[in-house]
Amino acid sequence: MKGRALGSMRRQMIAQLVVGAALLAALLIFVFQDFARRFAEESQDNVLLASATSILENVSEDAGGLIVDIPYAALAMLGSVSDDRVFYRVDQGPTFVTGYDDLSVAETTTANDTSFVSSGFRGDQIRAVTTSRLLSLGGQTQRIRVTVAQTQDGLGDRLDELFRRAVLLGLGFFVLATGLSVWTATRVLRPMQELALSVSRRGPDELRPFERPVPTEMVPLISSLNGFIARLRRALDRSEDFITEAAHRVRTPLATVRTQAEVLSRRIERDENRQTLRKMIRAIDESSRAAGQLLDQAMVNLRTDALQPTQIDLNDCLQDVVTRLTPVAELRDIELTTTFADDCHVSVDPILIQNAVSNLLDNAIKYTSAESRVALSTSSDGDGVYLKISDEGPGFEAVDQPLTERFVRGSAGEGTVGSGLGLTIAAEVFEAHGGKMTLSNNTEGKGGCVDVYLPR
Amino acid sequence: MRFLLVEDNLNLASATADRLSLDGHVVDHAPDLETAKDYVGTTSYDLVLLDIMLPDGDGRSFLNHLRTARIDTPVIAVTARSEVSDRVGILDLGADDYITKPFDFSELEARCRAVLRRRAGATSNAQRIGDIEFNRLAGTLSYGDETVALRTRELRLLELLVDNSNIILSKTKLVDRMFSYDEDVSENAIEVYIGRLRKHLAGSHVSITTIRGIGYRLDV
Repeated sequence: MKGRALGSMRRQMIAQLVVGAALLAALLIFVFQDFARRFAEESQDNVLLASATSILENVSEDAGGLIVDIPYAALAMLGSVSDDRVFYRVDQGPTFVTGYDDLSVAETTTANDTSFVSSGFRGDQIRAVTTSRLLSLGGQTQRIRVTVAQTQDGLGDRLDELFRRAVLLGLGFFVLATGLSVWTATRVLRPMQELALSVSRRGPDELRPFERPVPTEMVPLISSLNGFIARLRRALDRSEDFITEAAHRVRTPLATVRTQAEVLSRRIERDENRQTLRKMIRAIDESSRAAGQLLDQAMVNLRTDALQPTQIDLNDCLQDVVTRLTPVAELRDIELTTTFADDCHVSVDPILIQNAVSNLLDNAIKYTSAESRVALSTSSDGDGVYLKISDEGPGFEAVDQPLTERFVRGSAGEGTVGSGLGLTIAAEVFEAHGGKMTLSNNTEGKGGCVDVYLPR
Repeated sequence: MRFLLVEDNLNLASATADRLSLDGHVVDHAPDLETAKDYVGTTSYDLVLLDIMLPDGDGRSFLNHLRTARIDTPVIAVTARSEVSDRVGILDLGADDYITKPFDFSELEARCRAVLRRRAGATSNAQRIGDIEFNRLAGTLSYGDETVALRTRELRLLELLVDNSNIILSKTKLVDRMFSYDEDVSENAIEVYIGRLRKHLAGSHVSITTIRGIGYRLDV
């Protein structure tokens, strides 16, 4: 019996954590890169503005004319940042004064005397700042504009470098987070795995509650598991009690009726009455045997479900059965012979095996001819132990193979008391032990033969 | 033989006692363990038939009691339980054998005989009939220096004839007693066994007479 598996919990948990870490790493890279770009742009703008402002500061009036003195530092501060080329121009009102006249000038007003523009210039991306102030020139107020621009190769390089670092940082974060999630998942699930292992290692009859400490989240699971175990144990105990009780209740009155019928048959004088009573007794025997074997079968099912094999010498186990059945065999003057091979150690439930063999021998004794022989022998090899029971009765017909099915009785069954469960029980017992039972007929002489194989 | 029957079901107990006394046995009945302990303390029995489930306890505690009181009367346990559940327990605790309810009395008899044979070694049970000696327990018949081992059915037939010597027994009655109820046997089957017994008895003064159309009689 297997539950439907939904995939490994550990793997799912790790996958979820890893996907989360990947998303976080991507976000980290993006945020870092964005921040770095803004920072780099802002610092370039600041330098540009400082440069433009220092040029503007040095613009002066001299006798109604304009003196523009570009201070060295104004351009040097730009050059110190990178090897980017720097352009400038100075305008007086709408008139170009000096610098590169093809550099575009942004409009500035009194209210907003500084403006930044990104554009293209002579095939390069540039960042330009225009700043202005009013200057009184010969009694006229003139707006002086200074524009400073710089190509952006250096900035691009710096941004690339920053991006590489951001990616490295993100990757590092991702690797660390993945490692952590594997560790966490393994650690969190360890109590679960330990529990699963200890459940699967339990023998089928081991119905103790689990007492090992578990994390709080697993306590409800453990307590319901223990609840199941307790219920199962109670159910098993109850079935066993029920079978015992049922056996007692059915068998005792049957025994009373049968005994009274026997007493009566001894007192009856008329033969035809005795014949009738004989039939009654046979009917009682039939029902009690059926009841007994049904109960046996229930008990066998209980025991095979929770098989408790012990290492035994099969020969000793069989000898007990033979000793017990000898008086029954002697009633019909049947000789029960045994031939035991050495080393017949097997791991089985001896009670079940005895019950099965007892059923088989009982059958053989019942069907073999009076004053004949029923032979039980064992042999063994590396694989397992073999047991053979042969009788000198009518044997099994070819059609008798389904005899191992419940309530099917062979043609030889007519005229003898039986329920048709004996072979079924025996076959089930051997199969539960991983063995096999086959019916055949003796090749020499007459009689049926049951071969049983039990693995070691 | 003297039996102690420990059985709490009164109907079954009285039927069993009746059935055993039909074969000439003496039966004391104890309905519970206490009474049973009193009985075994005061009387000596040939065999105890012990029901395993009793109102005042498990029959197994009685087996324990017998052991500790060093009473070695053989015990055949009678159980109504499934054979699968507790056979080992019963025999381990010192019962000599067990039988499952309901049982055929011929099987019970066979088990008693087997138990007694194991216990006594079949020494002093020979019975003298005319000039032959018949040992039921050992299943032997001796005449002069010769001793033959009887097969079970020969033994049972001879028992029946000896217990009713000089009385005519009908074939039906013999079939009834000799064969268990689950066997279909024709009355002619008896003739085979009569023939064998006659062979064993040849030479002695004990003989089996055929009463044509009625049955047989052992003449001593």
